[in-house]
Amino acid sequence: MKKLINKVENVVRESLEGMALAHSDLIRVHFDPTFVYRANAPVANKVAVISGGGSGHEPMHGGFVGVGMLDAACPGEVFTSPTPDQMLEAARTVNSGAGVLYIVKNYTGDVMNFEMAAELAASEGIPVQNILIDDDVAVKDSLYTAGRRGVGTTVLAEKIVGAAAEEGRDLKALADLCRRVNINGRSMGMALTSCTVPAKGSPTFELGDDEMEIGIGIHGEPGRERMPLKSADEITEMLALAIIEDEAYTRTVREFDMEKGTWIEVELTDPPFQPGDNVLAFVNSMGGTPVSELYIVYRKLHEICEKKGLRIVRNLVGAYITSLEMQGVSITLLRMDDEMIRLWDAPVNTPALRWGAGSTAALSQPLA
Amino acid sequence: MTLTKTDVLAWLRNIATVLAENKTYLTELDAAIGDADHGINMDRGFQRVMSQLPTVEDKDIGTILKTTGMALLSSVGGAGGPLYGTFFMRMGMAVAGKEELSPEDVHTMLAAGLDGVMQRGKAEVGDKTMVDTLAPAIRTLGNALTAGHHFDDALDRMVAAAEEGMKSTIPLVARKGRASYLGDRSAGHQDPGATSSYLILAALRDTLKADE
Repeated sequence: MKKLINKVENVVRESLEGMALAHSDLIRVHFDPTFVYRANAPVANKVAVISGGGSGHEPMHGGFVGVGMLDAACPGEVFTSPTPDQMLEAARTVNSGAGVLYIVKNYTGDVMNFEMAAELAASEGIPVQNILIDDDVAVKDSLYTAGRRGVGTTVLAEKIVGAAAEEGRDLKALADLCRRVNINGRSMGMALTSCTVPAKGSPTFELGDDEMEIGIGIHGEPGRERMPLKSADEITEMLALAIIEDEAYTRTVREFDMEKGTWIEVELTDPPFQPGDNVLAFVNSMGGTPVSELYIVYRKLHEICEKKGLRIVRNLVGAYITSLEMQGVSITLLRMDDEMIRLWDAPVNTPALRWGAGSTAALSQPLA
Repeated sequence: MTLTKTDVLAWLRNIATVLAENKTYLTELDAAIGDADHGINMDRGFQRVMSQLPTVEDKDIGTILKTTGMALLSSVGGAGGPLYGTFFMRMGMAVAGKEELSPEDVHTMLAAGLDGVMQRGKAEVGDKTMVDTLAPAIRTLGNALTAGHHFDDALDRMVAAAEEGMKSTIPLVARKGRASYLGDRSAGHQDPGATSSYLILAALRDTLKADE
């Protein structure tokens, strides 16, 4: 293993320490339990948006803490869900009284830890709701699996819901919006190489020089199939068509009923894409793929969307939800309505996503 | 024959030792069908338990087990954290206030832990999870005690059933957790959670054997 690290056991902590120093105008980092939070939290009368997950997907989630996006993020060990004590302490720190929305990627560990955190927060009187992101079309069925995984749509949901929270929307409205983003977003990824978890020291899986894995998860979980390497255009077409031609997807998720204080089952359906839809096209690097190659993918994706009658009204190209140093790409298409477009365009100022926010100096004033 | 507080503390220390010894093995099992962190996480969790045991050593068995569960919940992460955290916390609640446990108490305690795991994880026997080890093992212990077998013998039967349950996961296709994404490709691999559950139950038997 060849990595730019000091000690394996200090990877997460030292990275967060560096991040706190680099972005002291925007964020703070709390240790034991570990969470990243907005420098001026809690923001009066604002619902706090919190996410979290295993480390190794940077900049998600810690890089999205700041104005107009997340109020806090809970990083776990590399590829391991964070724990309920982190999520609870983060909620206590950033809750203004208006409550907390946990945005949870659909992985067994994340779901169970956030459910326990929500129960603990609710028992302390903090209004709380958990909304799942499950957008990975590589997982075809939900009956015999833990369901679709949460991938690229998570980044987009955190931006859009974060902007709505900034406008002062209440917890229920934000939960509804987050659910709406989730059911309108679909993603699929692929890998050219494996990644190496520092604590393990060797690649998670073996992939030959002439092979690729289509439908990979963000922790190196195997995908739909392993096949001989193809060109960027062919790979883009495989991913894009799997997303665009995905049929209506129905599953049951567990959400917290605050009034009853119990979990309820909610059935959700993702409507398929239709010609005429406005979409946000998100081309994401798994960590090791350069931006130049992402644009080769975007070029083909643009052509396919045009051919399929989908109008790309916004886009995002870069490394935002990664899998350590894995080479590969994921594509996310999110059907956008006018409100979602407006919220996407709203100012954001975080370590990893920033626009419309004016100069850093001007923005850091009220934070001081 | 009873399980004393000293036995419970020795059991927890044994688990920590066994999980440390099997850290790489569990992680390799997980690499085949999951995300290659189970051994690392369980080892980290029981190291945390070991660091917190001195603060509760003079308390009752229920408190010791609840503290163990909380330590796991806040240090293991992944699915293992809430599941093993719940397992030990529910066991602790089932034997709250006790300083020693009869064989029947041990069965009641383990059954309460299993109940908690099944509620939290929504898994059934056959889903290729830790339930495949725990459910038949704990049922076997209960049956053996009801049939009048000596505690020693009942524990041997429990561990044999646990081993069989663990091995039963090899041909299964996973339906819960990260391994479920593999579909048919998860068959042919032993489930790491079922394996750590076996190690934990075997450590209980071994603790009492060493005691004799």
